[in-house]
Amino acid sequence: MLNRTLAPESKQVDEINFISPLKQQLDNGIPVFTINAGSQELVRIEFIFQNVNWDASKPLSAIVVSHLINNGTTHLTAREIADTVDYYGAFLQTEYGADQSSVKLYTLNKHLSSVLPILYAILNESIFPEQELAIFTQNQKQSLEVSLQKNDFLARKNFANALFGDTTYGSNIELADYDALQRNDLVAHFKAAFKPENCTIIVAGKFEEKEYEVLNAIIGKAWVNNEPSSINTFEFNTAKTGDLFIDKPESIQSAIRIGGLSINRTHPDFAGFQVLNCILGGYFGSRLMANIREEKGYTYGIGSGVVSLKNAGYFFISTEVGSDVCNSALAEIDKEISLLKTDLVPEQELDLVRSYMLGSMLGSLENAFSHADKFKNVYFSGLDYTYYENYIHIVKTVSPEALKDLANKYLNTDNFAKVVVGKK
Amino acid sequence: MFLFHIIITIAHALFPIFGTIILIMVDFNRFTLSNGLRVLVHEDDTTPMAVLNILYDVGARDEEPDKTGFAHLFEHLMFGGSVNIPSYDEPLQRVGGENNAFTSNDITNYYITLPAVNIETAFWLESDRMLSLAFSEKSLETQRNVVCEEFKQRYLNQPYGDVWLKLRPLAYKAHPYQWATIGQDLKQIEDAKMEDVKAFFKKHYNPQNAILVVGGNVKVADVKALAEKWFEPIPAGDKYHRNLPQEPQQTAARMETVTADVPLNSIYMAFKMPARNDAEYQCYDLLGDILSQGQSSRLYNSLLKEQQLFSDIHAYITSSIDDGLFIVEGKLVHGISVEAAEAAIWKELFKLTEQEVTDEEITKVKNKSESIMVFAEMSLLDKAMNLAYYELLGDAAELNTEIDKYLAVTPQRILHAAKSTFVKEQCSTLYYLTSQDA
Repeated sequence: MLNRTLAPESKQVDEINFISPLKQQLDNGIPVFTINAGSQELVRIEFIFQNVNWDASKPLSAIVVSHLINNGTTHLTAREIADTVDYYGAFLQTEYGADQSSVKLYTLNKHLSSVLPILYAILNESIFPEQELAIFTQNQKQSLEVSLQKNDFLARKNFANALFGDTTYGSNIELADYDALQRNDLVAHFKAAFKPENCTIIVAGKFEEKEYEVLNAIIGKAWVNNEPSSINTFEFNTAKTGDLFIDKPESIQSAIRIGGLSINRTHPDFAGFQVLNCILGGYFGSRLMANIREEKGYTYGIGSGVVSLKNAGYFFISTEVGSDVCNSALAEIDKEISLLKTDLVPEQELDLVRSYMLGSMLGSLENAFSHADKFKNVYFSGLDYTYYENYIHIVKTVSPEALKDLANKYLNTDNFAKVVVGKK
Repeated sequence: MFLFHIIITIAHALFPIFGTIILIMVDFNRFTLSNGLRVLVHEDDTTPMAVLNILYDVGARDEEPDKTGFAHLFEHLMFGGSVNIPSYDEPLQRVGGENNAFTSNDITNYYITLPAVNIETAFWLESDRMLSLAFSEKSLETQRNVVCEEFKQRYLNQPYGDVWLKLRPLAYKAHPYQWATIGQDLKQIEDAKMEDVKAFFKKHYNPQNAILVVGGNVKVADVKALAEKWFEPIPAGDKYHRNLPQEPQQTAARMETVTADVPLNSIYMAFKMPARNDAEYQCYDLLGDILSQGQSSRLYNSLLKEQQLFSDIHAYITSSIDDGLFIVEGKLVHGISVEAAEAAIWKELFKLTEQEVTDEEITKVKNKSESIMVFAEMSLLDKAMNLAYYELLGDAAELNTEIDKYLAVTPQRILHAAKSTFVKEQCSTLYYLTSQDA
């Protein structure tokens, strides 16, 4: 007779294999890192540029260049670019991140040589037409108007600004910033940022010598832009702390975002802090979820995270809770943080979190794209794969005492910004 | 970062499939247990992981009109412990696994991802909650609250969040698609009783109403042995025979205007379209792409860029198993009259009823769909979900042959689909207007 009360035997994940990329260099000097894996005839090629020339008086320049780079070149209209990319079933995405901007191409290999010339054109010959800028400005402002009515958006925006002030990490974009946009500033930023010495190419998919030769022939030739630039560098030590309450009396839920400056991936405590974060709010069974959702029913979801940026790291807790229970939820969050500082995490809970994190790491290496993402994490932090060896070692071995020390070191709520948008 | 037990409205969830040169194949084996549970196995040894996906053939359309939101609330209760296992999540996390679930108007789908060496834990957990739940009062009380907060977070405390709560009852008058998966209002969720929970479980959660898919680094023979061990002893239960009210043909235009504290005026237009298994379904999917897929699409170029009437414009289909909706929605540029904006949408739709799309346009949307499908094949979970869904539609093997249906779409058939759909008498229009200028 089957005994359903007994769990089947199980094993902890022991071996996690990372695929490290092949490094090559295009004729024009751009480094190319390739994860050649997978059986599908497709590829993702990312052109990644360090963010440069930050100017707090023009906070949108880099962001808008990233958005509008595929909206017209000296030879192609925005429509022609879109028609060609779509005709070949390709996807072109631009992304402005805190430290890097990227242009990503997803395509089937059979169309690679048809779409890459479009990429060369937008990376070299973009002109940012006035007309496209005007339409973009109008529509982005409208989109921002909608976002500004969302409590969670306001909480994120004010939290970032409290921590990072008027830098690209914390920039509080306002409607008026869009009105100040000038085409000349976009062109100037484009010419400084989009040049080979500022570019790294990361390729993932089925990408053999034949495909590399196509890439080199089309992208490896001389580029156009060559204006001077300096890579953005920030120092943060003056984060605003304490309560920030934005009153929205009509709200039936309040958005909460609490946290502060912390460490990034390069710090020796980072892996241990990630284990601590996981216990507190990093997975479905976390203490915050177990207490505030599953026990009290105050929210649909609550979580915490540690974010690693190039010049900073930060920790945050975020949730949306019924406005009638907002103060109770805040008190419970405080209570859960305090517990980590005073009591040792029970071995049984810690074992579960170790297994969960290892399984999660294994599961996050699903395909060529995810292996490339793992590489980017370490590469752009100036680290190598020993980072993951150490991470796995720490997850397996970090002690309850060490976690308690980390909680006392990094979860000092006196240094946190506490943003609430809604009603309390 | 962290997981929610979420609900979704399946819009483009199941990928249109193409392959002009590339052959798309998701291999699988299939068998049925003596209690009626259908089992599909997809071997993929390129990953150390495994997926166990279980689809229950029940969605919001199977609810009583005075107990809406119940299928989704029930999905939450499935995580509140089963008859022999007090906690569902904990033992799974302990073996390195993750799980989630979603409810749509048509189905409820649960999935587990875990290291393949620990696959038996997934069988143990899933089979016990198919056998019976713990039916804990505490769990019911908490999840009622959680779902009410979800209702607020997603539908009530967001600008435009309640659109689908307004649009569904406008478009459907008889069929239960007239309510959203979250339910009609908070009250019906607050009133849910344990006896309702038990009755719902008995009616819908049994082997005959489920499809199990196991994929990843597994072997068919092992999966078969595990399925027989853990699932076969579960009693077959009674087969649920669906008999839903059919939506009558719409014969007059419907129009509703709401005002709310939102910044922009917006328009939502809902047209009736055929069911998922209809022979013309793929035409509608491509029609939506022609109007709205990417920056080369018609609505984007004409209405957003050339005429600058909208700051945001989309067309898409609901892909529902019964007769679905073809939706056009957009947010208006400040100062544009809503009537002028609506007329401009109609002008674009009428073009499709008057003139065939070009060969280039149809090739483009076919190429795009082919790409989407090949990229989706990179995800083990997507493959498992697709197999389960196609099996529900009739035969999982159609996942690998549906390509032919898409390739067979012609400009003539798209013209015909547009003609029979973009008719004023069959349209439900919602003006969702700002109260902020007033």
